[in-house]
Amino acid sequence: MIRLLLTTMVLITMSTPGAQAFCGFYVAKADADLFNEASKVIMARHENRTVMTMANDFKGDVKDFAIVIPVPTVITKSQVNVGDSKIIDHLDAYTAPRLVEYYDENPCNRTLYETDMMTAGAPMALRQSAEAKESAQALGVTIEESYTVGEYDILILSAEQSDGLTKWLNQEGYKMPKGAEKVLGSYIKQDMKFFVAKVNLDKFESSGYTYLRPLQVAYESEKFMLPVRLGTLNAKGDQDLLLFTLTKQGRVEPTNYRTTKIPTGDDIPLFVADEFGEFYKAMFAHNVKKENMKTVMLEYAWDMSWCDPCAADPLPASDLRKLGAWWIEGANTYPPGRPVPMQRRMIMPPGGGAVDTYVTRMHVRYNAETFPEDIMLQVTEDRENFQGRYVMRHPYKGEASCEEAGSYYSELQGRFEKEAKTLANLTGWDISTIRRKMEANGQSFDIKAKIDSTPWWEQMWD
Amino acid sequence: MLAIKNNIFSDPRHFQIITLGCLLFLLLIWNDFAPTLDVVALTMASTVITQFLFFKFLKVKSNDYRSPFITALSLCLLFKTNLIWLYPVIGAVAMATKFLIRVENKHIFNPANAAIVLGLFFVPHHVWVSPGQWGSAIWLSFALISFAFIVLNRAGRADISLFFLTCWFSLLLARALWLGDPLSIPLHNAQSGALLIFAFFMISDPMTTPNHRGARFLFAFIVAVIAFILQYSFQVREAIFYALFFTCMGTPVLDYFLKANQYQWRKI
Repeated sequence: MIRLLLTTMVLITMSTPGAQAFCGFYVAKADADLFNEASKVIMARHENRTVMTMANDFKGDVKDFAIVIPVPTVITKSQVNVGDSKIIDHLDAYTAPRLVEYYDENPCNRTLYETDMMTAGAPMALRQSAEAKESAQALGVTIEESYTVGEYDILILSAEQSDGLTKWLNQEGYKMPKGAEKVLGSYIKQDMKFFVAKVNLDKFESSGYTYLRPLQVAYESEKFMLPVRLGTLNAKGDQDLLLFTLTKQGRVEPTNYRTTKIPTGDDIPLFVADEFGEFYKAMFAHNVKKENMKTVMLEYAWDMSWCDPCAADPLPASDLRKLGAWWIEGANTYPPGRPVPMQRRMIMPPGGGAVDTYVTRMHVRYNAETFPEDIMLQVTEDRENFQGRYVMRHPYKGEASCEEAGSYYSELQGRFEKEAKTLANLTGWDISTIRRKMEANGQSFDIKAKIDSTPWWEQMWD
Repeated sequence: MLAIKNNIFSDPRHFQIITLGCLLFLLLIWNDFAPTLDVVALTMASTVITQFLFFKFLKVKSNDYRSPFITALSLCLLFKTNLIWLYPVIGAVAMATKFLIRVENKHIFNPANAAIVLGLFFVPHHVWVSPGQWGSAIWLSFALISFAFIVLNRAGRADISLFFLTCWFSLLLARALWLGDPLSIPLHNAQSGALLIFAFFMISDPMTTPNHRGARFLFAFIVAVIAFILQYSFQVREAIFYALFFTCMGTPVLDYFLKANQYQWRKI
């Protein structure tokens, strides 16, 4: 009989490297080195209501920050909110690919203990004067709305012609990337409006924040899509996008691009624990290459009420509502400073009970060539759970001198070899380097000889 | 069995079964969101049994079960639900529409298309179609096979597939030109596997399309225009299926005004 016992869990989180925010594009006022290589966007969608939250990891001088995002409707002041980046980080951690660790028991004692260690972590003041309005009008640009929310000055523009809009934005000091005019023109003809935001320096300074908070926009529209075309214009090379969706029904999928699941459930060598971020990045890149960068990778799809194993607690209902899950009634409050229960295998959201929300985490690496069209999305009824999960199995390192131990050690050799091959296949890493690292990390391919030659006191202190 | 083997090229339905079967096989081994084998089995069983029951009830002396196979394969490739029991129900509904909704000895709707639309309409919270599940690699091989199918069946009714695709691509191209979009966008849209399954295995159903060639062109044009409007103005992701369903209702009218001989599947 195999008995499973959970002893410890360790959580290591890593921030998404190189995340620069927003699926729109930055337009610089100065010649600052601006680019957006990665974005984190959360879309909550039910019926025809969408709430889009855009994480802002802008690293440059805030006075240089400006974005233009096509939106399907005019957005009034009350439809815009400045959100809390901690909630986004929490969602990122909760949905992140995870590493699970098991320990083999003494082969002479046929009880298997299990320890889960999880390494969560991803690989990862506008001119509002009459003069501005007049000049806008002359160029066929209408300032539909103009307001300040939090540290952002926001304009909602509609336009008749893309050249007028481009000219006006340039006049106002926005540095438009090459090729923007054509793409803007396409959006204008599709009756899209433009959400233009920049930082109000006075408000930013008085807010006391040292970073830019996420922008949230709520609107009603049949259009459920993520505009990525503008974002490809000023990016250097390929871009990464992490798209999280919250729905009442189920998984969200693109309708004009194929979705593939990220490889999951594989046993991988122990040394990966120290370089999980590198491993995930390499595996992601390897898969992107395999699919010719033409698919959307699914990293997580789960009912928000629970997780197993948990990379982080499920988000409380109150936080989900803040991210746009408006259908959740009577949101519980999240007690500040609540200790995180790390010992449980399955963690229910604070306050308990189901939250009626399904989360999908999609990761896309794209450029204008492989993803020429905006990502059109649909909510499906698929509630099958999926997570990126990788397993490390620690061999038994103690003394074992029974009959069963012999077959255990010979099995172990095959297991290590398989792990090495799996890792090479997943990441494209060189297998001899993998083997060398495994040897150095205690996964000797001749583990029996090594254990036998190690004095018992060294094994004890190890 | 021997007869089928000898006459494998005599009936376009054999091509359909082989092509759809290959596609399903590819989907099963290669796609992360492929139907499970029990879904395939349930759908097949349900369409075959429904056809058997209708034959028995209507006292039809036939052992022809190619149509339920084609319908089941089409459903497995396109139709999705989170309720496992809905697969056989939809399969049965598909075959039932073939026997129950008829005018002048022709059924009105392509069974699989009708079942998808009825599913989307009556159980919208449990049904969906994943048009994005096909990559472009499979698209090319599929396009070639389908093209061969048309060439080999030039006497049949496959002309409607080409009519439809021509109209659809023209509309996509016109839209791209009007928007000033790069041509990579309409090309990308054209590479949809669901679109090709629709064009070669649904709209091309000779039993539900007009008998007259000119009427078929008009039919294909109307389907393309309705689908285009639904997709781009109303953001309906399953636009082509709805468009075919609605246009099929007009087939008896087109047949009435534009007379031509009714299509007969070649006898084995």
